[in-house]
Amino acid sequence: MVPQGLYYTDQHEWIKIEDGVGTVGITDHAQQQLGEVTFVELPENGPVDANAELAVLESSKAASDVYAPMAGEVIEVNEALESQPELVNQQCYTDGWICKIKLSDPDAVSNLMDAAAYEAFITNE
Amino acid sequence: MKLIFEKSQKGRTGILPGESDIKESFELDSSLMRSEPLDLCELSELDVVRHFTNLSKKNFGVDDNFYSLGSCTMKYNPKVTELIASCGGFANIHPLMPQLRGGGILTQGALGVLYEMDLMLREIAGMDAFTLQPLAGAHGELTGMMIMAAYHKKQGNHKTHVLVPDSAHGTNPASAAIAGYDVKVVPGNEDGVMDLDAFREMVNEETAGVMLTCPNTLGIFNPHIKEICDIIHSVDGLAYYDGANLNAITGRARPGDFGFDIVHFNLHKTFATPHGGGGPGSGPVGVVEKLTKFLPISVVVKRNDGTYAVEYDREDSIGYIAPFYGNFGIILRAYVYILMLGAKGLRRVSENAVVNANYIKSRLEEYYDFPYKGLCKHECVLSASRQAKNGVHAIDIAKALIDRGFHPPTIYFPTTVPEAMMIEPTETESKETIDAFIDAMIDIAKQAETNPESFKAMPKTTPVSRLDETKAAKVLDLACTGCE
Amino acid sequence: MPFIANTKEQVEQMLAQMSMTRDELFSDIPQELCAKSMNLPPARSEMQVRDYLSSLAGKNSTDLTCFLGGGVYDHFIPAAVNAIVSRSEFYTAYTPYQPEVSQGTLQAIYEYQSMMCRLTGMEVANASLYDGGTALYEAMMMALAITRRNKVIIDSSVNPIYRYTLKSYSRNLKIELNETVSTDGLANRSEVYDLLDNDTGAVIVQNPNFFGCIDDLSDLAEAAHEKGALLIVSTYPLSLALLKTPGEIGADIVTGEGQCLGVPLSFGGPYLGFMATKKKYVRKMPGRIVGRTTDSNGKDGFVMTLQAREQHIRRAKATSNICSNEALCALSALVYMSLLGNEGLTQTASMCAQKANYALKRLTAIDGVELHFKQKWFFNEFVLDLPRDASDVVAALVEKGFSAGFPLSRYYDGMENSLLVAVTEKRTKQEIGMLAEALEAVL
Repeated sequence: MVPQGLYYTDQHEWIKIEDGVGTVGITDHAQQQLGEVTFVELPENGPVDANAELAVLESSKAASDVYAPMAGEVIEVNEALESQPELVNQQCYTDGWICKIKLSDPDAVSNLMDAAAYEAFITNE
Repeated sequence: MKLIFEKSQKGRTGILPGESDIKESFELDSSLMRSEPLDLCELSELDVVRHFTNLSKKNFGVDDNFYSLGSCTMKYNPKVTELIASCGGFANIHPLMPQLRGGGILTQGALGVLYEMDLMLREIAGMDAFTLQPLAGAHGELTGMMIMAAYHKKQGNHKTHVLVPDSAHGTNPASAAIAGYDVKVVPGNEDGVMDLDAFREMVNEETAGVMLTCPNTLGIFNPHIKEICDIIHSVDGLAYYDGANLNAITGRARPGDFGFDIVHFNLHKTFATPHGGGGPGSGPVGVVEKLTKFLPISVVVKRNDGTYAVEYDREDSIGYIAPFYGNFGIILRAYVYILMLGAKGLRRVSENAVVNANYIKSRLEEYYDFPYKGLCKHECVLSASRQAKNGVHAIDIAKALIDRGFHPPTIYFPTTVPEAMMIEPTETESKETIDAFIDAMIDIAKQAETNPESFKAMPKTTPVSRLDETKAAKVLDLACTGCE
Repeated sequence: MPFIANTKEQVEQMLAQMSMTRDELFSDIPQELCAKSMNLPPARSEMQVRDYLSSLAGKNSTDLTCFLGGGVYDHFIPAAVNAIVSRSEFYTAYTPYQPEVSQGTLQAIYEYQSMMCRLTGMEVANASLYDGGTALYEAMMMALAITRRNKVIIDSSVNPIYRYTLKSYSRNLKIELNETVSTDGLANRSEVYDLLDNDTGAVIVQNPNFFGCIDDLSDLAEAAHEKGALLIVSTYPLSLALLKTPGEIGADIVTGEGQCLGVPLSFGGPYLGFMATKKKYVRKMPGRIVGRTTDSNGKDGFVMTLQAREQHIRRAKATSNICSNEALCALSALVYMSLLGNEGLTQTASMCAQKANYALKRLTAIDGVELHFKQKWFFNEFVLDLPRDASDVVAALVEKGFSAGFPLSRYYDGMENSLLVAVTEKRTKQEIGMLAEALEAVL
């Protein structure tokens, strides 16, 4: 089930916006495609453009780039993923978050899909 | 099996150089020496020979049985080429000899092999000159892309990207990127080849070139190949031919005649040199006349007096891409192989490679899905998606084949086919062997219907069962540096 | 036809099964694209080809007494090395994509990686690269990827052919390659320090360097690290049986030519590029890497790992385009090191140094012959100054049956009279004496 209240990209990232700060992760659909994550290359704090490469997720047989759903400044990364990359699989919408972005234009969220639209998107993909 | 370090016995010695015939002792200054004494292992010669003999028994080679690994052309490696390459007259020559005044004349045999190989490869590929320097196929690709870049620079062209079809080997985009180009991916069409209209639309003044294999990784010959080359030439782009699949057409069609400007061979594939557990290979690059001046240094030339020499001063050359003249030992083996086959033999190679692949496809079509119908060339790609519905995936079929004594096909490549299994029989396998392989595949397909659960425990006949690759990537035990 | 198995009848049977004719097999290739003819020599039988090739081999002289080095050397290779690597289970296999049937290759690579770590004093090594020159290029690219910088400093005491190779590869990329001019046989500290700044990604040096001199690079490691740059050391692995390891020196990436470890000269290849680094950089290392893991029954086994870095997965974003490695040469090196062991390798390295030192004494006893770099320690190679053009002298000595060394004028300005002489454990006191006599005679 795709959680309500988050926004989604066609690259299978989600973003949850609270007080102008977006928390970013990958969707359940994405983590299933990737297989068990063995390593997360986390971003460094600093400015990031929308759709720019943010992080890399590696499994034993695949690698996947994570793109920034919206522009802003990375202010925090999920350091727990350094020792427990499997959180991306196990709790992709909660403890498996990747980073937090202080959004430069929170209104740009209108470019993203809501839960219903994303659900329809992955059904058709 | 224990690691070699775990077998070490303190105080045991193996092969020593013997006592020096020079009595004066010599010591380096202690500040320059390693602080800890060397800690490799201490074993007898027999210990070492047994260790590696036992390790070798845990391997599967072409000499064991059919090695169906698609795209790798695992044909028989003639023993005679091994014998010749190990003879002292070739194995013991120092590569700097031709650079000494008076040294070139003492390496005429080796230089002659390089010179003649260049001529023979020109003939087989339809190109105007070759460099034998690239040390592997991917190295050849990079060399080719550097030649492409040098050409555009000389022409004053502003080129930013290279086009690559979606089914290409990963080395193609990686090589183009390392040569400084952006990579744009061209989709395939329902016939399994690069979509001509999409390609035409993507080509523009900033297109440096296109990298293609033909037949492609699905084993399909693109009927529009000449048109593709013409389109790329219309923007002064260059057409690059990845020779990974040359075994399909060797002796009967030449990339140069299709319109390609740069070609690389994989000598270890097409010309039967041993794959060595992952290398060494050799990836000579051929070019058309207008590109010959960009070839890397050094170049072997024949002088008027009939002797061979190495040339270094070439103004427009892309420079050194490797220290010497390529993987000479591999080039030599391929040279001998071509000499033994001749032009007629090469035609028979491609014919038998193609018969074998189509025969496999034809007999398996009832049991597996083949996403692309019709004729294939030297390899065929099936999809195990029918079996996957029962929970038996390409990897499970691969493991089942291992238990039946065959090396599995390449799996999950090309990525454009779900549950892909890529089978390349080569010309050196006989109908009996291929029939046995087909029978095993049919048997597996039936078992996937009747007992899909049984696959999870396969393989059962090997020294180890399925290995935990996720653990390997997380724990990262990459070296034993003090484990005995 | 050699190597083709199917009989005519079998081909007919297969075609009949497919309801196809022979001509149809290639009907997808447009007629105008088919080759009209192919001008190759007529096919030869095994008997004929062996005859022909032995005549070609005979045109290569192998009777010269070899004092030629310059990065590849005439070392002794025990018979057991060839006996092992000639086992077809090793040489007719390919990349271990199916680990259950490739444990032989995989365990051997793991052991090779471990040996290279022990020899270099580093934490991780890859499964090998093409050769010492391309390995150094890969190290440069790796360092720039790690530091996200684009400036490189390389000293002229690094093998000049390697330096040219790096130049070729850098040409189309945004890499600023700076060369410092070696002073007194060592890396030029003051020039390196002048160039070293916060944009510098890598400092590339060699030990023992191209002149054979031993250069303790610890100070350069410290200086590089201070600016956030990595120190890349190209090395001669046999020397590390004796010398301070690159790990002790503080190197970040170590590469080199492994030919000296049981791989024949073979006129330039195949050879063995090796690379070792610190564990924290392993994800940026190019090439295959084998790791130890367990199977479904908990038994130890080996697999290729960290494949997510590689071209078949990452495509245009891979750490390198490299796909193969020199697995069989790595196996040679592993078997060689195992056979010699601690004692054999240490004795061999000591003997190289001892004999080179003796040769130096004998040769510099000749009037007008002098050591070029005074008061410097060297391993098994040194630079002599001759009273006249070294290329002429070498040509005269070839006539007398010696490849006496490598004249440096080819790569170094102002060194017309300088000769790089290499001495391995294979050279005897008598051969060294004869070289000295011959040299004296031709001067």
